[in-house]
Amino acid sequence: MLTRTEHRASRMAGLAALVAIGLALAVPIAVLLSHGGASELSSSQGDYLVQITRFTLLQAGLSTLLSLVFAVPLARALARRPEFVGRRWLLNLFAVPLGLPPLVAALGLIEVWGRNGVANQGLGLLGAETPFSIYGLSGILLAHVFFNLPLAVRLILPALERLPPEYWKTAANLGIGGLPLFRLVEWPAMRRTAASAAGLVFMLCATSFTLVLVLGGGPAATTLEVAIYQALRFDFDPGRAVLLSLIQICMTLVVMLALKLMAATAETGDTKGGSTSRPDVQGGLHALPDAALIGLGGLFVSAPMVAVIVSGLSADLSRLLTDTLFWRAASTSLAIGLAAAALSVVLASFLVRGRYSAGQNPGSPALGLLAGLSGAAGSLTLLVPPVVLGAGWFLMLGGGTGQLLAPLMVIILINALMALPFVMRVLEPAHQNTLERNGRLAVSLGVVGANRLKQIDLPAMLPALATGFVFAVALSLGDLGAIALFGSDRIVTLPWLLYQKLGSYRTADAAGLALLLGAITMALMIVAEKLGTWNGSAYR
Amino acid sequence: MRISRFIPFALSAFVPFLAGPANSADKALTVYTYESFIAEWGPGPKIEAAFEAECDCDLTWVGVADGVALLNRLKLEGDKAEAGVVLGLDTNLVAEAKATGLFEVHGLDTKPVSVPGGYSDDTFIPYDYGHFAVIYDTETIANPPASLKDLVEGDPDQKIVIQDPRTSTPGLGLLLWVKSVYGDDAAQAWEKLSKRVLTVTPGWSEAYGLFTSGEAPMVLSYTTSPAYHMVAEETNRYQAAEFSEGHYLQIEVAGLLANAPDKDLAREFLGFMMTPGFQNEIPTNNWMLPAAAITMELPEAFGMLVAPEKTFLYAPEDVAENRAAWIDEWLGAMSR
Repeated sequence: MLTRTEHRASRMAGLAALVAIGLALAVPIAVLLSHGGASELSSSQGDYLVQITRFTLLQAGLSTLLSLVFAVPLARALARRPEFVGRRWLLNLFAVPLGLPPLVAALGLIEVWGRNGVANQGLGLLGAETPFSIYGLSGILLAHVFFNLPLAVRLILPALERLPPEYWKTAANLGIGGLPLFRLVEWPAMRRTAASAAGLVFMLCATSFTLVLVLGGGPAATTLEVAIYQALRFDFDPGRAVLLSLIQICMTLVVMLALKLMAATAETGDTKGGSTSRPDVQGGLHALPDAALIGLGGLFVSAPMVAVIVSGLSADLSRLLTDTLFWRAASTSLAIGLAAAALSVVLASFLVRGRYSAGQNPGSPALGLLAGLSGAAGSLTLLVPPVVLGAGWFLMLGGGTGQLLAPLMVIILINALMALPFVMRVLEPAHQNTLERNGRLAVSLGVVGANRLKQIDLPAMLPALATGFVFAVALSLGDLGAIALFGSDRIVTLPWLLYQKLGSYRTADAAGLALLLGAITMALMIVAEKLGTWNGSAYR
Repeated sequence: MRISRFIPFALSAFVPFLAGPANSADKALTVYTYESFIAEWGPGPKIEAAFEAECDCDLTWVGVADGVALLNRLKLEGDKAEAGVVLGLDTNLVAEAKATGLFEVHGLDTKPVSVPGGYSDDTFIPYDYGHFAVIYDTETIANPPASLKDLVEGDPDQKIVIQDPRTSTPGLGLLLWVKSVYGDDAAQAWEKLSKRVLTVTPGWSEAYGLFTSGEAPMVLSYTTSPAYHMVAEETNRYQAAEFSEGHYLQIEVAGLLANAPDKDLAREFLGFMMTPGFQNEIPTNNWMLPAAAITMELPEAFGMLVAPEKTFLYAPEDVAENRAAWIDEWLGAMSR
């Protein structure tokens, strides 16, 4: 409950945040459009554009399919075995890829699945003639499954666990199991969540940048995002970058609309940590298939992380930690992260407050629009991916070279927008709670306006704000998308430094850096989780 | 959340790099070059020491992935570049580099320089040269390709790592090599060759790193690369494949930027580049052939290298005119 003045202030704040976000998106798009006329398409260029658009969709489709094909049985196996040792630990492990910087994960994957990695040595012992290739389509798919299989499992599992225990008792009494049970009970329960998880995974894979950049391995395995980056950094061909950006925006727009039409958003919920007993499931030797599936899943997800730790520890960490460049990169990363997180939290707070206020008055179409737009603001960053945003600003700043503050501002802005949907998702329920609990009392006591913000609302929301803030810092720390366009020897962040070390094949340094970067972001994620309301389902 | 507390903290983090690099000497020169030139094992650190000993100045290297990326960077920065010298373009790029208007005639006597074909120019000075070649691992490959045709049509399971012609001079070199041999059929050749390509890297360093770590049994490099393994690692394991059609020549050059902050110092460096103080570091650090006299004995290994009888080299103007179209052709063929 808010007073009239408070309503007005809240709506103004929401509107201001919307305008700011609108400008941040519209300016680069306008710049892109104004550059658009410059390029003429030769037939081979057109060929190339068709190829990479097709590849972008193909790899996203296959990644989604593979992630879901493994996630569904794995989620089922986990639901069937609610009480094994380490189950909670495994589910926590499955939350890790969500926060792991893609570059760090890529390094771990190369370590495990590269030609000299453990996986290929194993395959060789099994008599495989041609080794698995971490480069090209197979590598991209592997990396996308590594990131999205755990996500899909964590989304689907609660759908099964929410089923009432009576279902399983009845199934046990009737002796239904295996395929019939899957067809009658389990699949109907998972279907909707699985579909919306598939949509999310497709979207994430269609806009994936870092993994494709590192593992793509050439024009045959390039996505639109990477091609935009290359058009600017390799060819300095703004015309082509613009064309690619427009294709990208159209593609994400179509995909998002299709998803909206296809399914309502997934009901996300926490897993109950295995309290539902499963009398229909037999133990003993019958547990073997489930155990094997869960074991393989756990191994697949944990191996690259273990590899990052092992090879990181064998690197010369003390030398790395005394390198001034490392500290410069770390402080730049931290500064960008803090600024981006602050901006993101402010924008998200304004939007949440404005949306709440506008939502209190459902009759007015203008306010309805404000509420709707504030809600949608979060998804906008998926629609206009960071590289496209960066491309617009890049052209506007003339490449941003020789400048320091302007590119830094742009990186901060892009990182803040990237974190926005997640921060909003953390703040929204906390804000709702606070106002429901204290709103009426505050108004009746006459504690309103700035006083109320300071004394009641902000303190009550502090854990959520802190969670959102720390989470945004972590997200920004791991980002390569924005810095890839603007990175130079003057602006060096940790992921940029890591990418350069990879490029110059300083493997040991890269391994050490990856460990440090991974450890920092993981620590932040844990802090964010401990801080309060955040949990796996609040992400994405 | 007291954000105000974070602001001074956040700002303070910017301070160290807002201050800019500290200079110990009065004069300073920045040289743009490619990554492998300034690696710990590259010639950069030794040349820096040698030049600083006689110039009483501070030499700073700035490295990018590879030679073509240098040109991209210059186009991007325009006259805002803070460097005095750009070292690491090759003759394939000089016409395009001149057309940017960012370079200035060096005005130096280039008599000490001698490279195959007698390349000489008023803006760019050669500092080394070499021939591109496919290097293979003798432990994995018994019958290396004996021609470019063999390479193109060979077993797709035997992989090669190549470099991206949009960023790397070896990558561009291979593109021109294929064009020299295949002419109008180059696109089809690339389409076939793409099946053998494990990955395309932005620069030479990464490609060569992947090769030596065993990710692929072949890599595009130089006929001189085996000398490194023979001299520094005392192994004959890595060898260059001699191609019957001939090899593409690369002449690496350096030039003076018109906006150089200290032009005299930049010229002094270019002059130094033609003396043994610089050239002696080329054979056994950059593993290329020197473009001017050296006062050291070339290691024996250099006598055991593939010496191409026939070589290819496009005129800079031809490359400038066609590079964009040929790269589009390459992109189209490689992505099919």
